[in-house]
Amino acid sequence: MDDLLLEFLTETNEHLETVDVEMVRFEQDPNNEAILSNIFRLVHTIKGTCGFLGLPRLEALAHAAETLMGKFRDGMPVTTPAVSLILSTLDRIKEILGELERQGAEPEGSDSDLIEMLDRMASHEPPAPVGVPSPEPVQKGNGTFYQALERELKPGEVSLDELERAFQEAPGPEKSTTSGTLTYQVLERPLKPGEVSLDDLERAFREAPGPAPLVIDKPAAKSSSADPIISSVTPAVSKKSTEVSEGSEGGEGIAGKVQTIRVNVDTLEHLMTMVSELVLTRNQLLEIARRSSEDHGYKVPLQRLSQVTAELQDGVMKTRMQPIGNAWQKLPRVVRDLANELSKKIELVMQGADTELDRQVLEVIKDPLTHMVRNSADHGIESPAERKTAGKSEKGTIRLNAYHEGGSITIEISDDGKGLNFAAIRKKAAERGIANDAELERMSDAQVAKFIFHPGFSTAAKVTSVSGRGVGMDVVKTNIELIGGTVDIRSEQGRGTTFTIKIPLTLAIVAALIVSSKDQRFAIPQVAVSELVRVSPSSEHSIERINGTPILRLRDRLLPIVPLSKVMGLSGNEDADHGFVVVTQVAQQRFGILVDGVFHTEEIVVKPMSSKLRHIQLFSGNTILGDGAVVLIIDPNGLARMVGSESDRNEFQSDATHEQAVVAADEMTSLLVFRGSGESLKAVPLSLVTRLEEIEASSIEWSSGRPVVQYRGRLMPLVSCDEDLGIKRQGMQSLLVFSDGEVSMGLAVAEIVDIVEDKLDIELFAERSDLVGSAVVRGRTTEIVNVAHYLPLVLETWSRKDRKGEAEKSLLLVDSSTFFRDMLVPVLRASGYRIQTASTAQEAVRLLSNGLNVDVIVTDLELSGHSGFALVASLRADPQHSQTPVIGMTVKPDPQQIALARKLHISEIVSKIDRRGLLSALAELNGSLEEAA
Amino acid sequence: MKLIDSLSSETAKITSKQMEFVTVTVAGQLLGLPISRVHDVFVVSEMTTVPLAPGEIAGLLNLRGRVVTAVSLRRRLGLNDIYEGSRRMAVGLENQGEAYGLLVDDVGEVLKLDPDEMQPNPVHMDRGWVGLSQGVHQLRNQLLIVLDVDAVLAFETEREAA
Repeated sequence: MDDLLLEFLTETNEHLETVDVEMVRFEQDPNNEAILSNIFRLVHTIKGTCGFLGLPRLEALAHAAETLMGKFRDGMPVTTPAVSLILSTLDRIKEILGELERQGAEPEGSDSDLIEMLDRMASHEPPAPVGVPSPEPVQKGNGTFYQALERELKPGEVSLDELERAFQEAPGPEKSTTSGTLTYQVLERPLKPGEVSLDDLERAFREAPGPAPLVIDKPAAKSSSADPIISSVTPAVSKKSTEVSEGSEGGEGIAGKVQTIRVNVDTLEHLMTMVSELVLTRNQLLEIARRSSEDHGYKVPLQRLSQVTAELQDGVMKTRMQPIGNAWQKLPRVVRDLANELSKKIELVMQGADTELDRQVLEVIKDPLTHMVRNSADHGIESPAERKTAGKSEKGTIRLNAYHEGGSITIEISDDGKGLNFAAIRKKAAERGIANDAELERMSDAQVAKFIFHPGFSTAAKVTSVSGRGVGMDVVKTNIELIGGTVDIRSEQGRGTTFTIKIPLTLAIVAALIVSSKDQRFAIPQVAVSELVRVSPSSEHSIERINGTPILRLRDRLLPIVPLSKVMGLSGNEDADHGFVVVTQVAQQRFGILVDGVFHTEEIVVKPMSSKLRHIQLFSGNTILGDGAVVLIIDPNGLARMVGSESDRNEFQSDATHEQAVVAADEMTSLLVFRGSGESLKAVPLSLVTRLEEIEASSIEWSSGRPVVQYRGRLMPLVSCDEDLGIKRQGMQSLLVFSDGEVSMGLAVAEIVDIVEDKLDIELFAERSDLVGSAVVRGRTTEIVNVAHYLPLVLETWSRKDRKGEAEKSLLLVDSSTFFRDMLVPVLRASGYRIQTASTAQEAVRLLSNGLNVDVIVTDLELSGHSGFALVASLRADPQHSQTPVIGMTVKPDPQQIALARKLHISEIVSKIDRRGLLSALAELNGSLEEAA
Repeated sequence: MKLIDSLSSETAKITSKQMEFVTVTVAGQLLGLPISRVHDVFVVSEMTTVPLAPGEIAGLLNLRGRVVTAVSLRRRLGLNDIYEGSRRMAVGLENQGEAYGLLVDDVGEVLKLDPDEMQPNPVHMDRGWVGLSQGVHQLRNQLLIVLDVDAVLAFETEREAA
């Protein structure tokens, strides 16, 4: 493509961006002449250039828009429809420009629709009250003059404007006519020099006021000569001249502009690379100089070189820096359009637009920012009516704020809208199965807010054209994290939401902590490091292990430790306890990286990983240190992913953790340890105990020789846990209360010792019915009490009468744990069930196929070797048992299980330790069974 | 016959369109790399190993301020690396804008060979080798395998991806 055209495209696009912003500003502040003249000048420039390059469509559009704006200048009231029309004209221009960029030529098509509207808008409005003649009469007046130019009417009109202004300013000499045309005729072909001469012209104009001559002779030139070259050139001339005149109108304008030069980005990138290399070489030289003690006279020049390099580095870095305002440029327009579309009143406040950051970073955050602002406008800000009822001003405010903070930049996007709907997010999270209800209940609002970063998460009731499609926030987060940034949300119901983005200043050079592990050095970006802790077994900070997993206690919080040597797969002994822990914070995850040594912080030049190594998520790049060694840069995000974050865990991981939980539950049981008579310890599973009580012995009553106590408005029978242990007659009596529905029993014990969690390995006793067996708990032999032994003692006497001779229901209990079975059987039996037990799914199936008829099946869903679900599924396939109610027991119900259970018509899922839940589930089932019967 | 032709070729053909090869040796085998692909030959001084990297990648090198990925030609050919203390030689290559250093046992000389005289790979050659070889040149006292540089540098990296 033509160089000139390329330049035109870049320039025009830039101009259009500015016009967009200015237009929105102007709409809010219609009396600001400076803004208007700025817009006018830019549009005029675009029009002029288009004419110059022979782009009739663009030119016509720009012209029509300009005419309307001219009306504004003449005092026509600025209305929203008018501004919208101009904005949509600008959009059309952008479209055409895009097409032009792709194909190198203006696309076919007509813009008469827009132009007509623009013209109508311009002419149908009441004529300007100002004394200046409006274009229409001029047009009429010069009708004959333009007849010859019928075709090129549009350019003609421009010149009328020009003419008008020119006349007002000064009628100039006609001599320049010849010189002007001559210049351009000569320079027609080498277009580029043509522009230079324009610049020269401009300068000349600036130096000596007198732009009128050139302008005034333009129509003359046009009308007198049919030379197409001239006619296409002249608007360009007028462009420059207007720039000057507009500039002088609006104050300093161009004259005060900073001199800039457009440089290809590649050139800058290359420069940056070269400077990086220079820095590295300098570092190497300094390293050599440090090592040799002798001064061969090069140390002073080296020092100088070092300084110059540093300055050069700074300078080049600066060329890459751009004000963040560049990324914000589109936002006023976006917000305005949105506000119109949604009938909301929104004000966009931008602070710190001149905060500079690296070009590369800017590119990455541009879209996320736009997305977040759109979100704020759509979801955050309420409608004017809603705001009024909430006692807020009708106009909502979206505030963008950027500022430097240490080595990073903080961008805040806040709105004073309704804030996040935490209830809706919780609900959605539960629906989507990201977290279960219990987890959600425990979560703070801040944690819940994080869910909006989940892929596909949207609580929007309806999908609008703006947002609510549930794509976006996760992309936003990913994009920001990609450049080592973080996003944070703060939201208050009814007060608004604030997003805080923290991003590094630049991607090319970062401060990094150099650490070593197994004689190899690595760099950890400083932004992720929050502190360093030296650890050794003897010191205050020592690494402890849970099942081999290293943990550090840091200020009463447990910090997961990742030994770097281990994740890297570097050989070495696994249980290193010496070294340093680099406390790292990635988003919400905190963990410690255990390294062998920590050196210093160094500004490193980040070089991308080779494509062959990019798949290793542990590294974000590499660099060359001062001593010339290549060092890998650790990506804290990647490391965090390897550690496995709570929020990002995938199905696979959650399965794995679940299985672990199951295993743990099988192995660990909470036991209540107490003492009966003598020194021997007894224990009972805590899950069976309803309550622990200590009562006055004097309150114990004796009814027909049996001890009872008034407990919660009922009489509760007491049983001594040991035949040798009598119920106390005075002092305090400790009781373990077991409840079953409405019936309770108190087990009198000598002393409650402790609650322990331990692996239960029971040695069964056959000969004694009051004990299940004995086990070693905390290193001491402990008798495990069989509650089943005591229940009949009291329940037979008290509870049977409540049962009213109900037919006993049969129940099949399937649980692989003998212990659980033994514990549950008496409880269930006491509830009036005839119990059959099976320890495996196979056994259960065998029993059932042998003709066992049961009313209800209670099964552990995590049977060893065979899933409880599989058992239920096979039962459901059997017509005889397809309707048998099933209650599932599990360690920790999760949404997946619940869904599966529903599919298999499992009536209820109860937690394994929730005995009461099981009983009430059975009772409920009973009720429904009776109803059905 | 062809055999005889090629035997006499080394001296006879000077004028025809000849290609230049940088010869290297790996485990005693002579291999040739097209000189157009070779940027430089250098001695490997210090190398940074990359944990979790594919076995073919020996590490990263600093070559005049540029980070170069060192690929072990031995590993690519399915041979074991030798870890003797002696100096290691590398051939600097460029592939898709990235710099690589191909680690070899030794670098020989530059040979001018006629591409027309290159023989196809023997059918019973190791399959791993066939993929990397463009053909075989018969030199007076040994055979030279012409390495396909792109193939040498195109190895799967994803399989070890975590």
